[in-house]
Amino acid sequence: MDKMVREVKDPASPVIRLNGVNKWYDNFHVLRDINLDVVRGEKIVICGPSGSGKSTLIRCINALEEHQEGQIIVDGTELTRDLKNIEKVRREVGMVFQQFNLFPHLTVLENCTLAPLWVRKTAKKAAEKTAMEYLERVRIPDQADKYPGQLSGGQQQRVAIARSLCMNPEIMLFDEPTSALDPEMIKEVLDVMIELANEGMTMLCVTHEMGFAKTVADRMIFMDQGQIVEEATPEVFFNNPKSERSRAFLGQILNH
Amino acid sequence: MANKRHPMLVRLWRDPVWRAVLFQVLLILAVVAMVAWVVNNTLSNLEHRGISTGFDFLSQSAGFGIIQTLVEYDESHTFGRTFLVGLLNTLLVSFLGVIFATILGFLIGVARLSSNWLLSKMASIYIEVFRNIPLLLQIFFWYFAVLGILPNPRQSISLFDSIFINVRGISLPWPELNAGMVTVAWVFMACLAAVLVLRFFMRSWLLKAQHQENKGQMVLYIKAAMASSVVLIPLVTSFLVDAQLRWEIPELKGFNFSGGLVLIPELAALWFALSIYTAAFIAEVVRSGIESVSKGQKEAAAALGLKPRRVLSLVVIPQAMRVIIPPLTNQYLNLIKNSSLATAIGYPDLVSVFAGTTLNQTGQAVEVIAMTMAVYLTISLTVSVLMNLYNRWASLVER
Repeated sequence: MDKMVREVKDPASPVIRLNGVNKWYDNFHVLRDINLDVVRGEKIVICGPSGSGKSTLIRCINALEEHQEGQIIVDGTELTRDLKNIEKVRREVGMVFQQFNLFPHLTVLENCTLAPLWVRKTAKKAAEKTAMEYLERVRIPDQADKYPGQLSGGQQQRVAIARSLCMNPEIMLFDEPTSALDPEMIKEVLDVMIELANEGMTMLCVTHEMGFAKTVADRMIFMDQGQIVEEATPEVFFNNPKSERSRAFLGQILNH
Repeated sequence: MANKRHPMLVRLWRDPVWRAVLFQVLLILAVVAMVAWVVNNTLSNLEHRGISTGFDFLSQSAGFGIIQTLVEYDESHTFGRTFLVGLLNTLLVSFLGVIFATILGFLIGVARLSSNWLLSKMASIYIEVFRNIPLLLQIFFWYFAVLGILPNPRQSISLFDSIFINVRGISLPWPELNAGMVTVAWVFMACLAAVLVLRFFMRSWLLKAQHQENKGQMVLYIKAAMASSVVLIPLVTSFLVDAQLRWEIPELKGFNFSGGLVLIPELAALWFALSIYTAAFIAEVVRSGIESVSKGQKEAAAALGLKPRRVLSLVVIPQAMRVIIPPLTNQYLNLIKNSSLATAIGYPDLVSVFAGTTLNQTGQAVEVIAMTMAVYLTISLTVSVLMNLYNRWASLVER
C-alpha cells in the first residue's frame, strides 16, 4: 500500500494501471489478460467488434463491473472489494453512457448538482454556480430548468457530460457516447468531447467515430474476443495496421 | 349513393354510432327497471311485515355502551352518535394501519432486493408467510395468542416505568394540553398550512427568480421568512397566552391503570394484523416498483460516487413511486375495507357497533346497511382521489 502511494507522487507514473486483468461471465471469458497503462492527460480510443469486451473493460475501471483476476489501480487506489476504495475511485472518474442515463425526475440543473451536493458536500449555491459554468461549456445553460425528457438526444448527452464534469473528475470514461444519437446530433457531442480533450482531460473512449479518433486519440486500442489485439498511434493504426483482425475490422467500418 | 337503396332502419343499424346509442339506451332502461323493481319490492315487503322505514331511529337513545370512544359517549346518547363513534373508530384503525403498513411495507420491499442474502431471504419469508394466511386468522392470532396471554395489570410488563403492557391493553403516557397550549398548537398548524399553500402557489415564480441576478437574494429572504414564521409566530403566541404541557403517566389504581392513553387489546390486535398483513402486499408492490427503474439509472448514480443508500433514496425510489402509487392505493383501500373484520374480536368499528348492534336493536336493516355501505364507498373514493392527485403530481414532475 505504501509503495503505491509513493508511486502516485511521481507525475510520470500511470494514472490508470491494469495488470493481468481477467474477467468471466460464468464460463464466458470476457477479458483476457489485459495489461494497460494510461498516463495523465492521455486520450485513448478503444474500438473493436461488438462483444469484444471494450465496454466491459472501461466499466471495470470504475468498478461498475468486478474483475476476477489481476490488478486495477486508478489514481493510486487499487480496486478491491473495499467499498471505500470503490467510492473514492468513482468520485475521481466520470462516466458517460450510451443511453445518457440522466435522472428523469430531476431538472437539468438538479442532475448536475446531485452528486456535488451529496458526495462532495458542496454548498448548494456553489454547486449551482459550478453546474451553470459547465452547462455553459456544453452550450445549454438556457435549458437548466427543463427536465431531461424535454431535451433532444444530443442535448441530453451534453448534459450527461456536464453532470460528470461537475464532480471535477481526473479521468473521463465514454461508453459509446454517440451510438444512440440521430446522425445530425453526433457532431455537437463530439465537439464537446474534442474541447475537453484539448483541455488536457485524461480520456478513455469506446467509440466507432473514427474521425474523432484520428483528431483526438494519442493511442488506439483494438480489442477482439476479450483481448487487446493491437495498440498503436492513430496514424499507424489507420494506415498500417499490423494484425489481420484490425485490417478486417477497419475494412468493415471505413468502407460502408 | 349506394346506401339509398336500403331502407332507413337498415342504414341506421349498420351505422356504428347509431348502433352504440341504441345499445346504451337499452342498457339504461334495463338498469332503471331493475332498480325500480328492487326498491318497489323492498318497500312492499317492509310494509307487509310492518317495519317502518326512515331515519327516525338515529335520534333514539342507543342504550348500550362502547369500550372505545373518541368522542364523548354513553348509554344515553343516540344511535346517530353511535354511528359517529363507530365511524371514528374505523377511521382511527384505518389511519394507524395505513401508516404502519406503509413504513413496514417499504422497509421489507427494499430488504427483499438487498444484496444481503439473509436479509432478502427473511423478507421473502415474511412476505410469503403473511400474505398466504387468512387475515381473520391473523387477527385471532394477535388477539387470542399474543395479547390474550399477557399478565394481569398488577404484573404488567413495564417499560421505563411509564409504559405498561398487560391483558387489558397498553397504557402510554399522554400529553395534557391546557387551553393556552391548544391555541399554540392551532396557531402552529395554521402557520404551517399557510406557508405550504403560499409555497405551492409561488413555486414556479421562485424557481424562475432564483437564477436571476437581482432576485436571487430576495428569494433566499422570502424562503427564510417563510420557514422562520412557522416557528416564531407560535413561539410568540406561547408567551402571550398561558401555555402549559404536562405528560400524564399511567398509574396503577386498584385493579387497573388509570391516566395516560390506553391502547385497548382489540385495537392493538386489529392494528397489528391489518398492518402486518397489508405490509406483505405493499412490500411486493414496492419491489416491483424498484425493479421497474432501469439498471442504467442505478449505474449512472453509482458512477457519480453516490453511496448505495443514496442511490436508492435520491434516484430509484422517486422514479419507482410512479409505478408504486396505483397498486399502493389498492392496498390502502383493501386495508380500510378489511378493518370491518373488527367485528370478529369486538373492536367497536362502524360495522361492529352500527351494522351490528344498532341494526340488531332497531331492525332498520335497509337504512343501516345502506348508510354503512355509503360510508365505506365515500372513504374509499376519497382515498382514491387523494392518491390520484398525488400520482398526477409525481408524474408531472418528470414529464
